[in-house]
Amino acid sequence: MGSIAVVDYGMGNLRSVAKALEHVAPDARIVVTSEAGEIAQADRVVFPGVGAMPDCMRELEVRGLRQVLVEAAQTKPFLGICLGMQALFEFSEEGNVAGLGVLPGKVRLFPREAMHNAQGQRLKVPHIGWNEVHQAVAHPLWNGITNGARFYFVHSYYVEAGNPELVAAFTHYPFAFASAVARNNIFAVQFHPEKSQAAGLKLLANFTEWDGTAPNSI
Amino acid sequence: MGLAKRIIPCLDVTDGRVVKGVNFVALRDAGDPVEIARRYDEQGADELTFLDITASSDNRGLILHIIEEVAAQVFIPLTVGGGVRAVDDVRRLLNAGADKVGINTAAVTNPQLVADASSRFGSQCIVVAIDAKQVSVAGEPLCWHVFTHGGRKDTGLDAVAWAKNMEQMGAGEILLTSMDRDGTKIGFNLDLTRAVADAVGIPVIASGGVGNLDHLVDGVLKGHADAVLAASIFHYGEYSVEQAKRYMAQHGIEVRL
Repeated sequence: MGSIAVVDYGMGNLRSVAKALEHVAPDARIVVTSEAGEIAQADRVVFPGVGAMPDCMRELEVRGLRQVLVEAAQTKPFLGICLGMQALFEFSEEGNVAGLGVLPGKVRLFPREAMHNAQGQRLKVPHIGWNEVHQAVAHPLWNGITNGARFYFVHSYYVEAGNPELVAAFTHYPFAFASAVARNNIFAVQFHPEKSQAAGLKLLANFTEWDGTAPNSI
Repeated sequence: MGLAKRIIPCLDVTDGRVVKGVNFVALRDAGDPVEIARRYDEQGADELTFLDITASSDNRGLILHIIEEVAAQVFIPLTVGGGVRAVDDVRRLLNAGADKVGINTAAVTNPQLVADASSRFGSQCIVVAIDAKQVSVAGEPLCWHVFTHGGRKDTGLDAVAWAKNMEQMGAGEILLTSMDRDGTKIGFNLDLTRAVADAVGIPVIASGGVGNLDHLVDGVLKGHADAVLAASIFHYGEYSVEQAKRYMAQHGIEVRL
């Protein structure tokens, strides 16, 4: 199972991510780290984060982590969570900043004028709570997870993938947005698996066992 | 199907113990917050809220240990409030494992704290708790004021305007407690809940007064709440969280089952 680096760049609560990984993979060595060397050496990388995108990008620069993250995202099993998913893309409307540009696409604010359900009721932003995640591809990280299972979300911005083939799952709020993306060794989720009880722990367990090979489309 | 309405059990903690659960005789150690948190997690609670009502400053650090312990075993969102006065208090609670921090009195005395904390940690983790009480009399248009100090002090602030103000300051969510109803078990103040929920674009959690499962249903359907919070109906074993969710689902409310 080897080592898993949880990237610490000062954005939010990493303890729960680390605790959840320890819970599902007691034999793995889990390091919460902001050291480029440790990230480079780890067998797997988890890139979490909550907060605002401009701070995220600034903190990555300050800590000199951009290069090692881009390399990890090209070479080993890599899991982005929430802000860590958004930062993989080219651009974010939050502060109009460039992301790491590992994946094509941009991060957009939920448009207030569109936030109504079919019954005309107002939908709140941030999107907070448990919503259904509809799997769009067969992927090892979905093993044992019911299609449509609910995961916990808390975000105001969402990913608009530049390539529809990246989308590994979608969620409706009120339109379908990419709640998970996947390409080769990268899997990234908008929701918080570390806060999504059984389904979330299963996804994390799947990640700790994943060899990083690309999924087959369905 | 879309976003589920949330059911949030609330644990009032003082000196390291859950106070409303102390009389719950059916369980061996019902007053232990970690044990209670685990039980609610198993029942399908969508989140847990801890309110630290510890009076003495000596024991205030206890909540950090409790949150650390809960966060290592319970993998659902945790909100912690009570006694949060500074950005550093928010940081300590988040580091201990809280996902969201509730700010109550300090939001009134120092609204800048809400702006500072949300710009530092993100709006998503800043919950502004509003304790409101009806001040209008029969025949007048309905009006509620924000109260602090456990409902003893009238700030003179209009609760609906205050909620909108807090949204602008960066609150990610409003925890709205009707002081008139708290502990009465006669149901949420639905007029208040609806007035605030319809006025803001951020989620509103209704609190105060739940005595049965119909009250939870009403909070969502009539009060337009995005989430409902209750304490005693769960602590005393009258209902399980799962029962509450099934009942809400039977009434057409989308929940996580």
